[in-house]
Amino acid sequence: MKQTNNVTKEKTVEKHTLSVLVSYNLNALSRIIGIFSGKGFEIDSISFGSGKKSDLARITITTHGDVQIIEQITKQLNKIIDVVKVNDLTYDSFVDRELALIKVTATRSSRSEIMQIAQVFRAKVIDISPEKLTIEVTGNRDKVNAFIGMLYPFGVDEVARTGSVALKREFDGNV
Amino acid sequence: MAQAKTQTIDSATNKSQTPEPAVLNGAELLIRTLKDIKVDTIFGYPGGAVLPIYDALFDEHDINHVLIRHEQAGAHAADGYARATGKAGVVLVTSGPGGTNTVTGIATAAMDSIPLVVFTGQVPTELIGNDAFQEADIVGITRPITKHNYLVKDVNNLEQVVREAFHVATSGRPGPVLVDLPKDMLNTECRYSGLKKISIPSYKPTEEGHATQISKAAQLLSEAKKPLIYAGGGAVLGEAWEELTAMAERLNIPVTTTLMGLGGFPESKPQSVGMLGMHGTYYANMAMTECDVLLAVGARFDDRVTGRLDGFSPHSKKIHIDIDPSNIGKNVPVDIPIVGDVKKVLPSIDRQATKPDTEKWWDTINTWKREHPLKVPDSETTIKPQLMIERISHYTNGEAIVVTDVGQHQMWAAQHYTFNYPRSFLSSGGLGTMGYGFPAAMGAAFGCPDRTVVCITGDGGFQMTAYELATAVEYEVPLKIAIMNNECLGMVRQWQELFFNKRYSHSILKKGNPDFVKLAESYGAVGLRATNPKEMDEVLEQAMAINDGPVVMDFKVEEHENCYPMVPSGAALNEMVEGDE
Repeated sequence: MKQTNNVTKEKTVEKHTLSVLVSYNLNALSRIIGIFSGKGFEIDSISFGSGKKSDLARITITTHGDVQIIEQITKQLNKIIDVVKVNDLTYDSFVDRELALIKVTATRSSRSEIMQIAQVFRAKVIDISPEKLTIEVTGNRDKVNAFIGMLYPFGVDEVARTGSVALKREFDGNV
Repeated sequence: MAQAKTQTIDSATNKSQTPEPAVLNGAELLIRTLKDIKVDTIFGYPGGAVLPIYDALFDEHDINHVLIRHEQAGAHAADGYARATGKAGVVLVTSGPGGTNTVTGIATAAMDSIPLVVFTGQVPTELIGNDAFQEADIVGITRPITKHNYLVKDVNNLEQVVREAFHVATSGRPGPVLVDLPKDMLNTECRYSGLKKISIPSYKPTEEGHATQISKAAQLLSEAKKPLIYAGGGAVLGEAWEELTAMAERLNIPVTTTLMGLGGFPESKPQSVGMLGMHGTYYANMAMTECDVLLAVGARFDDRVTGRLDGFSPHSKKIHIDIDPSNIGKNVPVDIPIVGDVKKVLPSIDRQATKPDTEKWWDTINTWKREHPLKVPDSETTIKPQLMIERISHYTNGEAIVVTDVGQHQMWAAQHYTFNYPRSFLSSGGLGTMGYGFPAAMGAAFGCPDRTVVCITGDGGFQMTAYELATAVEYEVPLKIAIMNNECLGMVRQWQELFFNKRYSHSILKKGNPDFVKLAESYGAVGLRATNPKEMDEVLEQAMAINDGPVVMDFKVEEHENCYPMVPSGAALNEMVEGDE
């Protein structure tokens, strides 16, 4: 019998940024994380903070998967009773930022070079000692990655990153 | 859904007629709120943390508290009550082990979308996190298996939480909800307000289907040559059986149901092609494979239904109606998704669709039906399991509520009992919980005292919750328990025979099995035994006449009978094995 294969799915894995508005309580946050761990989805980064109203929180999740997986993630998140809204920002124009603190080895000979690199990335030195510099950088994930990459040759000791936070752009660019 | 409205909105009407004191403690408030929601039955087990609630229940006459013998069985009983009545089942247990014992029952209900509200005691608020006596993080434990759960931290929220819990459990896609009650909440004074409407801003299930999608679906069905309706548990839970029957009859479209959908469409109607899936009928599985338009009604394309996905209904355009958007496109891509309540969407499609020309399609289906019927093997000496089901169907006129456990007997019951009424086949479909059958049957009997309830179970599954005989005897539940006793774990044995070289590893129960007649008698129940077809008829006749307590029927059946047709795992539906001839 001829069988048409009707289960071909779009298998291209894409990065997605989801903005989730949710009642501010830890049970809700646990349920959100539980959807990912329990159903085998991935979290690349997650950030959690209060939103405009104090009883609501905005959670920004970056994840990846094919179209079908992202659709399931969105639907499963929407099913959580405390979730008010799920926005997949990927399809909109949006701004996202991440903050990273990087502690890098800086000797007398390398310090000025590191500071020059930091200037290129508009990063700020926020702590200094004879052997170390701690630098703050904000930007999207790629920029932060690139900056950390530039610092590796000098010896990166520690990194603390916030994960992305994101909002939809209001102005869509058409004039 | 209908039951949601009766349980939540009614509440306001009798607000001020009871002259009870306005100030009560949390436990009294709980009971008063439950009464207002019209809860009539609670399945529970007392313990330290819930003593205040049990004290409030002591003088309570409007709520029937059923003392079960184990909390797991309590959750199953509430589940059976919910499936049979359409109302939420209510469970009340203590903290720690009381809560953890309900976990299997909650997961069972979650997989089959059954409305349960489970109240668990909790240690006092100030002791939470201290490893206090009988403390367990039950909200954490049940998070993945509940639709929603609550820890009450302020007694002033208790009434709101209780009302929300029932609303969430019974509306949209139903499911279990757990409410954790720290002991100090139950002892604190508070006020009863008789809240009116429950509204959760972040929870608004979509009930009306999208008009354009409905028109597209109607058009597709009208133009179909080989249409098929595939009805799942949603058709029963959504109480859409009349709408479904009306549409299938008017358009003359064949209907197959899933295990959970049994009774959602009367099997005596000519449009019925029975159950599909792993142990479905030949003609249902063939119709699924050959159809050109598939209308899925409240079904979720479970792996036991679809078989190998790339061979599943490969030629059809698919329409899928479901109240839960996450079910749509989850396993199988769908051409026309419709998010909505099946009870509302079906009539809209029916109004717009014209009768498709299905004459040739019916010729094909009727040929399949004629050439590949379900078989009941003949024997005078031993009881064939299929015959056992057929005789039960005969003695109950096909009108009983049939509650099964899990395994071969479950599949035979699904195949050979003729289901014509909704809410009449209760079974753990999604989770496949052994031990479910007997307590769930008991719950159904509490919910529907006017109907005959038959529990069809196995010798393995019955032993998992057989202790509930104590409850059934205490409350004189007129339950017919038919044990299909093949002295082994039949379905495990069948798989071992077919796929593991007949190496029957730990699946034979013969040596340890009790004498089920004596077991029943030791509880004060009636026990009967049959070893051949003639005795079986006598036993069934006798059992049907007993109405003041449970009857345990031990039917010694053919041990090596296998359940067919069978779609081996990894095979497509049309590659089913029809059995040894």
